[in-house]
Amino acid sequence: MRESQFQEPNRFFLNMGPQHPSTHGVLLVVLEMDGEYVLDPQPVLGFIHRMHEKMGESRPCQGFMPNTARMDYVCALPYNHGYVSLIERKAGIEVPKRAEYIRVITSELNRVASHLLWLGAYLLDLGAFTPILYGFDDREHILDILEDVTGSRLTYCYYRFGGVYRDIDDKFVEATRAFIKRLRKRYDIYEKLVTKNIIFIKRAENIGIISPDMAIRYGITGPNLRGSGIAYDIRKNEPYSVYPEFDFEVPVGERGDCLDRYMVRVREMEQSLRIVEQALDTLPDGPVRSKVPKKIKLAPGDCNFAVEAARGELSYYLVGDGTSVPYRLKIRVPSYSNLSCLPELGEGILLPDLVSIMGSLDLVIPEIDR
Amino acid sequence: MKRYFSDLFVGGKSLVDGLVVTLKALCQPMVTVQYPREEIDITPNFRGHIDLVLDPEKNTFRCIACGMCERSCPSECIQIKGKKVEGKKKKTLSLFTLDFTKCSLCGTCVEICPTQALEFSNEYNLAAFSREAFHYDILKRLEERII
Repeated sequence: MRESQFQEPNRFFLNMGPQHPSTHGVLLVVLEMDGEYVLDPQPVLGFIHRMHEKMGESRPCQGFMPNTARMDYVCALPYNHGYVSLIERKAGIEVPKRAEYIRVITSELNRVASHLLWLGAYLLDLGAFTPILYGFDDREHILDILEDVTGSRLTYCYYRFGGVYRDIDDKFVEATRAFIKRLRKRYDIYEKLVTKNIIFIKRAENIGIISPDMAIRYGITGPNLRGSGIAYDIRKNEPYSVYPEFDFEVPVGERGDCLDRYMVRVREMEQSLRIVEQALDTLPDGPVRSKVPKKIKLAPGDCNFAVEAARGELSYYLVGDGTSVPYRLKIRVPSYSNLSCLPELGEGILLPDLVSIMGSLDLVIPEIDR
Repeated sequence: MKRYFSDLFVGGKSLVDGLVVTLKALCQPMVTVQYPREEIDITPNFRGHIDLVLDPEKNTFRCIACGMCERSCPSECIQIKGKKVEGKKKKTLSLFTLDFTKCSLCGTCVEICPTQALEFSNEYNLAAFSREAFHYDILKRLEERII
């Protein structure tokens, strides 16, 4: 117990979470309060720790595939993508071109789904109930498209070492094109309902400003970093898969406040749609899976692979020892670093603003604890 | 002063614009279904828990009890036993259980099967009061389908 709370009559500690609706999971933030002002928010992690890294080190690398999707269940396919690419790089497995295209298409669709869910959830934190229903309506179309090809709706296990589980068909291409058309028509709705809404603007503008310097200091990545005006995107800066073949922009913000982070994500959805469109236009024919030995031997030495997940840089680091079980698997997840700036960001602000900031950071708690 | 009123006007208009959006949505057809009474058709590609494939020619399973699925399962939720039957050279499947509480639906067992004896079921309405309800006897499920 700190002494400060007894000196001032208005000072007290408040536990936000682990069952608070706006922490979107089991995150506890211990707030030192002065009336309605937050003096020091301290996140407490570990409520949903499931030792995913240890599980990766205790079984052959194929067996870890389903785990990857359970870290970030909102945007699972990039997590699949990072892990298969890591093992492919380590074991020198070639991937057919068509498989890489399918990976990019499905990953980008998943990114759009993730941003739509975030948009709804963020507005829900701010007290607007309606937008999440529109967001879910659109997201449902993506889930249906992905369900048809991957077989599951949320925790996908679709990619395989050397390709993908199932080839996409004309039905998938058609449905995806129809969805792109549909979402572009819906931008207008989101703009009228959310972006231009005066209450939303007042709750997001000039709140939670992350300066570029601060973002780099904390290792913030993804839309949160781009919202601060730094155009850093793994898909551009450290290209992987077939991303260099597509033409897309990296949207950036100016001030680094909640509104900028919101705008970056909304504009990113359009960029993802552009990538999907180009990939569908130039989709090559051929096999979707190459021959891979049943037991993949991981040569001694380390290997790293980073992908751009919906929340930022996801990086897998693996040390092999010649067997098929990884000796060490380290997963760098974006939300962990994104959350770490909260104590500095939330100093001396109003409690409702803290809710707005945490919503705009797009935290997924199972990913932080993993 | 002028700014105050223009802000008031712009802000008020944005709220009305939002209401128009919801009003339009009110006149559009419903996108949700009343779930327990209505159900949506599920794609045949959906991956539910595994089932044994019923071979239409032999009218029985294709499984040769090799145990590849049991060994490849990352969650160790499959249990297989084979026994010798008189008159047959190879083992015949006598037990095939799945602990669905542990299964993470990765599909490794279906892919690794040398005789394509496994498939995914399309069941998604899964709710029960006990854990044991999800310990499926896959072989029994197939035998029920044979009749």
